[in-house]
Amino acid sequence: MQNAPLGTAPLNDAAFLRRESAPSLPPPVAIGGVLGWLRTNLFSGWVSGPLALLFIALLAWTLPGLIRFFIIDAVWSANDGTACRVPGTGACWAFVERKLDFFRYGSYPEFEHWRVDLTLIIGAVLAARLLWPQGKKSTLGLLAFALGVPLFFFIMLPGPQAAMRAPLVELPVLFAGVGLALALEYSRLRTAWVAALFFVVYPVAAVLMLKGWAFIGLSKVDTDLWGGLFLSLLVATVGIVFSLPAGVMLALGRRSRLPAVRFASILFIEFVRGVPFITVLFMANTMLPLFVPDNWTPDRLLRPVIGFSLFAAAYMAEEIRGGLQAISKGQTEGAQALGLSYWQMMRLIILPQALTLVIPGIVNIFISLFKDTTLVAIVGIFDFLRTIDAARIDPVWSGPTISATVYTFAAAFYFIFCFGMSRYSMMMEHRLSAGRRH
Amino acid sequence: MKAIAAVLLTAVALGAAVTGAQAQSGSKTLEQVKQKGFLTCGTNTGLAGFGLPDDKGNWTGLDVDFCRGVAAAIFGDGTKVKFIPLSAKDRFTALQSGEIDVLARNGTWTQSREAELGLLWAGVNYYDGQGFMVRKKLNVSSALELSGASICVQQGTTTELNMADFFRTKSMKYEAVAFQNIDEAVKAYDSGRCDAYTTDASGLYSSRLKLVNPDEHMVLPEIISKEPLGPAVRQGDDQWFNIVRWTHYAMINAEELGITKANVDEQVKTANPEIKRFLGVEGDFGKGLGLPKEWAFRIIKAVGNYGEAFNRNVGDGSPLKIKRGLNALWSQGGIQYAPSVR
Repeated sequence: MQNAPLGTAPLNDAAFLRRESAPSLPPPVAIGGVLGWLRTNLFSGWVSGPLALLFIALLAWTLPGLIRFFIIDAVWSANDGTACRVPGTGACWAFVERKLDFFRYGSYPEFEHWRVDLTLIIGAVLAARLLWPQGKKSTLGLLAFALGVPLFFFIMLPGPQAAMRAPLVELPVLFAGVGLALALEYSRLRTAWVAALFFVVYPVAAVLMLKGWAFIGLSKVDTDLWGGLFLSLLVATVGIVFSLPAGVMLALGRRSRLPAVRFASILFIEFVRGVPFITVLFMANTMLPLFVPDNWTPDRLLRPVIGFSLFAAAYMAEEIRGGLQAISKGQTEGAQALGLSYWQMMRLIILPQALTLVIPGIVNIFISLFKDTTLVAIVGIFDFLRTIDAARIDPVWSGPTISATVYTFAAAFYFIFCFGMSRYSMMMEHRLSAGRRH
Repeated sequence: MKAIAAVLLTAVALGAAVTGAQAQSGSKTLEQVKQKGFLTCGTNTGLAGFGLPDDKGNWTGLDVDFCRGVAAAIFGDGTKVKFIPLSAKDRFTALQSGEIDVLARNGTWTQSREAELGLLWAGVNYYDGQGFMVRKKLNVSSALELSGASICVQQGTTTELNMADFFRTKSMKYEAVAFQNIDEAVKAYDSGRCDAYTTDASGLYSSRLKLVNPDEHMVLPEIISKEPLGPAVRQGDDQWFNIVRWTHYAMINAEELGITKANVDEQVKTANPEIKRFLGVEGDFGKGLGLPKEWAFRIIKAVGNYGEAFNRNVGDGSPLKIKRGLNALWSQGGIQYAPSVR
């Protein structure tokens, strides 16, 4: 027995042999219900437990004060700043309400506000139709689109109180938006046509509508009167719409084998990235009139908008170039083997993949563009933030709580738009990368 | 490459020289303004009482009314003016480049701005100066009693330097508490961090409204610096300079003669020869300015006299409630004085 070779040891010589089944473990702690949720989300370990407690304490410490300031102690209606100056009062929402028209339209003449509303609602419906993924559609989604988009902009712009004040002017604007949305859907207009409407017809119509043209019976409103929220949206939209195609062209140009094209693209991108945006704005609005004869100087609003768009295009180009570089050479070779031309290859093979890859980066640029529109204020253009700043110092209202109130309002506005863009991009990313998920 | 750059640079330089020469050659501003159909006026991006859009986005303020006055003198319509809000940095360049016709943006009149920047001040429509604000319960009635006080001030401004000079010449001690921006300084003063707060007097009145209890604070009578604020024009167009300057003088003369926006239509029928000349009933005093003879009538009809404009925008008729002080007529203890129209 002792001499038995190792490999053939009999079974009963093993150190341990389980002869009965192990005792069953207790059932897992409930992961449902409030307690379960708290456990998994807030107190799942030694690090998260105290951290959760810390944040709860922080909330308990700040939240009551915030609620008191912004809601309970707030002044909701007043005719001037006296009520808001009483010690102990909170946010002065009455001030925001009184200045709302100024925040939304700047100095645009009061009786022409409907022109701005109509332009923006039509633009929003067209843009939403283009951004809304085609394919499976529910009635609910259709309703959300046809009612939601016009209504959102209607509330952002004229608002319910204006609709009550001037129902004959403002309500048709809302109906026009809803009508257009429904018409777009039921006519089953192809996306290409909607795109043509948005990118070609709409800009011309918008300029005519906003600036006015005696020929169509609209009085002239010069750009120096434009301002507020609608101007911010306008500058951001022009920048965003222009920067993407221009960025693609610049990115392709930079990778081109034609020296002249490549050199021009590199020069433009590096030059624009090498100077601060504020310099470009100053150059456009302060220096340009020194070099150019009076009647050649472009419009004072157009100049920063052009600068803004070119600036955005340069950054966009580099973002897209990153995407192009991530596409393997095999894709190009495969496309060439199929006999596709350069543009076919780019349009059908390379760009769809490259752009999908860099969606987060592109949206990042869009969001920062949207917030950068506030910089046009330094050359004397009354964008949304600038109107807020100007209203803030109105001696009729000025008081200790005005700044806090109105900056909170501005923050909420920017947050709604930027967060919306961010959520939208996440959704698109999810859809477009469906083929690559494992 | 170098050659291209050289050619480009030369072209730019030539262009600048040509347009620069154009801007300086002769008295064309009035012609250009008439041709455009409106006056382009550089204004503040927002200063309470001087240039600020109201709830509807209409520009209001003392400087704004001045521009409306110039427009009224030219067109007989005070609304024919386009306001271009300018920051402190680009205001003079905008005037030099011809983008604006007149700069009424509470600019301080100084020697270097006239001599080096090629501008001319057409007058002083507001005599400002640095002052102090204190709590009433401090029982101080003069800045000379501020020895040993702590004073809130905005950092890096001439305000800070003026204060240092003032306390040094009076050999008084003080503690400056400097803040990056004006809002912080006001807030600190309000919370009791300092005994006094200093900035230009016009600013003191608007800052006072931001305090928790404005009535518990007062502005001391001493003014420790000279800040004459007024409208400016480019050099080289004397006729245009005269129009702007006499718009200001017309508003002051009207106050002296008792002509107001409300009674100007009545005053036309007066027997007073001075008023007759002024309103263009007798003689033609607009001709030399390139304006019609009722130029002054138009100004008063549009914006009223200087006293009215002052009262409406910064004085008792406004929330700022600034005292006339130096800005009262010379006959009432101030230094606003205008030559006669004759």
